[in-house]
Amino acid sequence: MIEIRNISKSFSGRSVLNDISFRFETGKTNMIIGESGSGKTTLLKCMVGLNETDAGQILYDGRSFTELDFKEKKDIRKEIGMLFQGGALFDSKTVEENVVFPLSMFTDLSESEKRDRANFCLQRVNLSNANNLFPSEISGGMKKRVAIARAIAVQPKYLFCDEPNSGLDPKTSIVIDNLIKEITEEYNITTVVITHDMNSVIEIGDNIMFIYKGNKHWEGSKHQILKTDNPEVCDFVYATQFMKDLKTKF
Amino acid sequence: MKIFFHFGRYFILIKRAFGKPEKISIYISRIFEEMNLLGIGSLGIVAIISVFMGAVITIQSAFNFESPLIPLYAVGVAVRDSMILEFSPAIVSLILAGKVGSSIASEIGTMRVSEQIDALEIMGINSAGYLIFPKIIASMLFNPILVVFSMFLGILGGYVFGLMAGVVSDYEYVYGITYEFHPYNVVYALIKSIVFAFIIASVPAYHGYYTSGGALEVGRSSTKGVVYSSVLILAFDLILTQLLLV
Ligand SMILES: Nc1ncnc2c1ncn2[C@@H]1O[C@H](COP(=O)(O)OP(=O)(O)O)[C@@H](O)[C@H]1O
Ligand SMILES: [Mg+2]
Repeated sequence: MIEIRNISKSFSGRSVLNDISFRFETGKTNMIIGESGSGKTTLLKCMVGLNETDAGQILYDGRSFTELDFKEKKDIRKEIGMLFQGGALFDSKTVEENVVFPLSMFTDLSESEKRDRANFCLQRVNLSNANNLFPSEISGGMKKRVAIARAIAVQPKYLFCDEPNSGLDPKTSIVIDNLIKEITEEYNITTVVITHDMNSVIEIGDNIMFIYKGNKHWEGSKHQILKTDNPEVCDFVYATQFMKDLKTKF
Repeated sequence: MKIFFHFGRYFILIKRAFGKPEKISIYISRIFEEMNLLGIGSLGIVAIISVFMGAVITIQSAFNFESPLIPLYAVGVAVRDSMILEFSPAIVSLILAGKVGSSIASEIGTMRVSEQIDALEIMGINSAGYLIFPKIIASMLFNPILVVFSMFLGILGGYVFGLMAGVVSDYEYVYGITYEFHPYNVVYALIKSIVFAFIIASVPAYHGYYTSGGALEVGRSSTKGVVYSSVLILAFDLILTQLLLV
């Protein structure tokens, strides 16, 4: 479980996050939703330490991340897998080398063991026969899969995904979403997914936090979010005609 | 004021780059990778400009030394000293600052804007160490080799083209390049080349590492990396010449 308490963050005097608290449960897909620019990525980067927080606490299974020194933070980071918005694959390395990379860095496995583990992870994300291609040679959906395979290679306890299906077609989006959910449950990972896509929320969201202009505006489950009468949440959820139609049918 | 900010941030980055590596074996193979990329990859351009420069210096000085008071072997001396003292260490480094520097800055800058550096950090890897340290070491190991290679080819180029143009004789040229030869000059050139190598790798790496934005900013960082490393090379050329030769 990851718990954040009273996180605040501002960039050169402009407040971006304001006193946010939440519990991200283990084995669940925890979602952070909100409009573009509401501060979702900033919150995620604060949680993993890529951004410094101005105030607040971040607890990884009780270990206070904010109070640790550089070396201790590094140890927690080794338990973290992260999926970046653009994939962030190393473009000088092949697909297989990308997945092998964290294993080379942090394990003492032999070359063949590393390759086996990489192939296992690539198969887990349904990606075979792409081992020797470079990131520039594969599609957006395949890049996301490789990024997931790389993230799970070292068996993380925490998985962060920043808009895992941005730029993907609806069908591939659902495949990626479900992959994240399956992996979360299979390996009992604490997963945090950022999205602004209501389909994903309905598809895989267990716990949902809605951020509005840097504040936590609402939290609940995917069943609750469809029934809430909070005006900003409704605005977000029922932004599309499709969702509006869905609501009238309920 | 801005200059102090950059100095401070540069030194902090370099200190991080020289931090304890996660895994020595990976760093060593990274150094070889970079030597191949930055060093071997530059042999061609260094060879071409050195041969031509040696040839041009030979023909120009022969043309200038037409006075009967100056012996023709002075051409050999001129080529040797200009290659060893200034051309090979400084001009070759300036050209490498353009070639290698822009590639370092754009590679690291692209990794920054596409979040590859963040991805390294998240894995618990010291990104500065992993990316920058091998480049600096590879450059410092390989630059002296390139410089010696350049001296050799420059003097050879002068010989070949000097004879072909008929401006100097075989005997005079060889006598000239051995006349009052100070081995210390080569040492001086190698010291310069190692200092310049540090600048060529670290300054563009700094500009790449702190890129923010997108492709446009990567281009800007690359330009800045080349400009600042070239200016620093010239400044250190002056400082080191003053310190080591005078
Ligand atoms: N490094 C930064 N420096 C200054 N402002 C930033 C930085 N990162 C994000 N912001 C600002 O913080 C706000 C929230 O951004 P972000 O967290 O990326 O939003 P989201 O991911 O929800 O779309 C935006 O207004 C953005 O301009
Ligand atoms: Mg974002």
